[in-house]
Amino acid sequence: MIALLTRDLRLALRAGGGFGLGLAFFLIVTTLVPFSVGPHTDLLRVIAPGILWLGALLACLLSLDRLLALDYEDGTLDLLLTAPLPLEAAVSIKALAHWLTTGLPLVLAAPVLGVLLNLQPAGYGWLVVSLAFGTPALSVIGTFGAALTVGIKRGGLLLSLLVLPLYVPTLVFGAEVARRGASGLDVSTPLLMLAGITLGVIALMPFASAAVLRMGLR
Amino acid sequence: MLLRVQNLTLARGGLPVIAGLSFAVGPGQALILRGPNGAGKTTLLRCIAGLQPPLAGDISGAAERIAYAGHADGIKAMLSVSENLRFWAQVFGGSDIAEALDAYALHPLADRLAGTLSAGQKRRLGLARLLVTGCPVWVLDEPTVSLDKEAVAMFAEAMRHHLQAGGTALMATHIDLGIEAEVLDISPFRVTAGQRAGASDEAFL
Amino acid sequence: MSIWSYANPVKFLALSIRVQPFLWTAALICLATGLIWGFFATPDDFRQGSTVKIIYLHVPAALMAINAWFMMLITSLIWLVRRHHVSALAAKAAAPVGLVMTLIALITGAIWGQPMWGTWWEWDPRLTSFLILFLFYLGYMALWEAIEDPDTAADLTSVLCLVGSVFAVLSRYAVQFWNQGLHQGTSIPVTTGARTVSDVFFVPLLICMIGFGLLFAALVLYRTGTEIRLRRIRALRARMERTL
Repeated sequence: MIALLTRDLRLALRAGGGFGLGLAFFLIVTTLVPFSVGPHTDLLRVIAPGILWLGALLACLLSLDRLLALDYEDGTLDLLLTAPLPLEAAVSIKALAHWLTTGLPLVLAAPVLGVLLNLQPAGYGWLVVSLAFGTPALSVIGTFGAALTVGIKRGGLLLSLLVLPLYVPTLVFGAEVARRGASGLDVSTPLLMLAGITLGVIALMPFASAAVLRMGLR
Repeated sequence: MLLRVQNLTLARGGLPVIAGLSFAVGPGQALILRGPNGAGKTTLLRCIAGLQPPLAGDISGAAERIAYAGHADGIKAMLSVSENLRFWAQVFGGSDIAEALDAYALHPLADRLAGTLSAGQKRRLGLARLLVTGCPVWVLDEPTVSLDKEAVAMFAEAMRHHLQAGGTALMATHIDLGIEAEVLDISPFRVTAGQRAGASDEAFL
Repeated sequence: MSIWSYANPVKFLALSIRVQPFLWTAALICLATGLIWGFFATPDDFRQGSTVKIIYLHVPAALMAINAWFMMLITSLIWLVRRHHVSALAAKAAAPVGLVMTLIALITGAIWGQPMWGTWWEWDPRLTSFLILFLFYLGYMALWEAIEDPDTAADLTSVLCLVGSVFAVLSRYAVQFWNQGLHQGTSIPVTTGARTVSDVFFVPLLICMIGFGLLFAALVLYRTGTEIRLRRIRALRARMERTL
């Protein structure tokens, strides 16, 4: 299992698409927001938590179609399926590798981009906390979407269509934590809900992902 | 250890291809599958490897002891030859890759990125993977594609070694490897028109 | 005779062809009665005026939009557990019907909302939930279309339906938490029986709901029949190719 994790991380580093692309995309989305809504710092301050959450979510989505498709094309998935490693563990590891290469950098970069959007000082801590709690769920749910569309040529758009509705609960609670945090309100309820969803998804989703992967590879 | 297949019925894309196939391969034995394109060789091998369920029939010989090699070798272009091999060795619970590198003369290439290899060299790497798995049952789909004469000889040697050690092999190939093996022509087991095999589309007739 | 004997596509088709004329007729009668009664023979509401009459389309459509997904959930489960093709095809057939029902509920809601709330669209939990449901229907149908092998498509869409159901419920609670909303509470709580709609409106509404249910059943049977015939053509073609 560790072998699979190190391999995926090494591949992400060497191929260059991993850390760099998601982060650059996050930066660009954040930069474009003031251009589209106007340079009003007051308005930006209000919408900053939501924009940062949406940007992180879209950046996560961006790399999902490569998560399993590359391994499908070169036959690795077939071989992994015949290996003594449980497929549930393999998809969990792949999701973890995706989070480490995409989600974690986004969490770390979010405060910097918060400055650009004039986020309130109180909001930085809760923004990072909410992203740290929420982005693992995005990776795990995304792995399910990637597993559903693995055999489909040009499944990228379909993947977005399938995954985005599944992101709704995470986005609602995650952005709520960031928003309440920024305006100094109590965040415990949405934070607990967010953590609950993330934990539940980490525990259960790999079974669904492995099941659809087995079906899709037949 | 023994691979036994009894009364197997298989479908491809919801349509039946093979019905009533039985055979057994014992330790130290190899079985070569023959048959025209579309006869169902790949489907049969994938089924035995556990990648797709049969419609009917039994396969005994535990699936976790099987090393499968299909048309694609699962080689990552951005990893070196030895990194590729070591990964698969670790997945199968081993770590020694020197022997596998030796068997296919991959030592000089060990630090090259796999993406820079030729098709034949990649195939050698793919076959070397079988050695690091340590699995006693090999299920191979056209293993000699894009190999030159020397590489085929390496493969035959590795196969001989595997069988001598009590291993089992099942493969679909059209060339003569010069090893002792039984040959099974699967074309008589093809599903003919009007024959019911239990494939899903037949429920609609 | 067990009910599962109708899992045989040929038997199912024969039965559904026999049942369909009755279903269509009953649906037509119920809808005609309910809608004409509701539109022309009920008084205007004293606050909402004649706009209240859109309830005869809005409520039944919304009801069927949710029940269609529920039906897909059950048929998907049956397919996954018992591998009956008819079940998977019925789920496939129900999806577009459910999608249209959701759309009707959304559009009639917007038309009613304009004079009442003064806006076509409000990010109210109920409206938002229906919008999310709409997206789930779209994704489900797109996945069916994208996969060539019919059994694999049935498998994958069934799992999507199961996972989607869980997330649909989660989303429902999430958006309720996120915005308290303008939409009135349910007027016809089934469990408590404390309904807030007077009989004048309720009786035609009930007839409309029955009519929508019958219409849904008829449409799903019709579409399932089409899907069964398509698979049959596929199987016959394959058999012909093998003969050649």
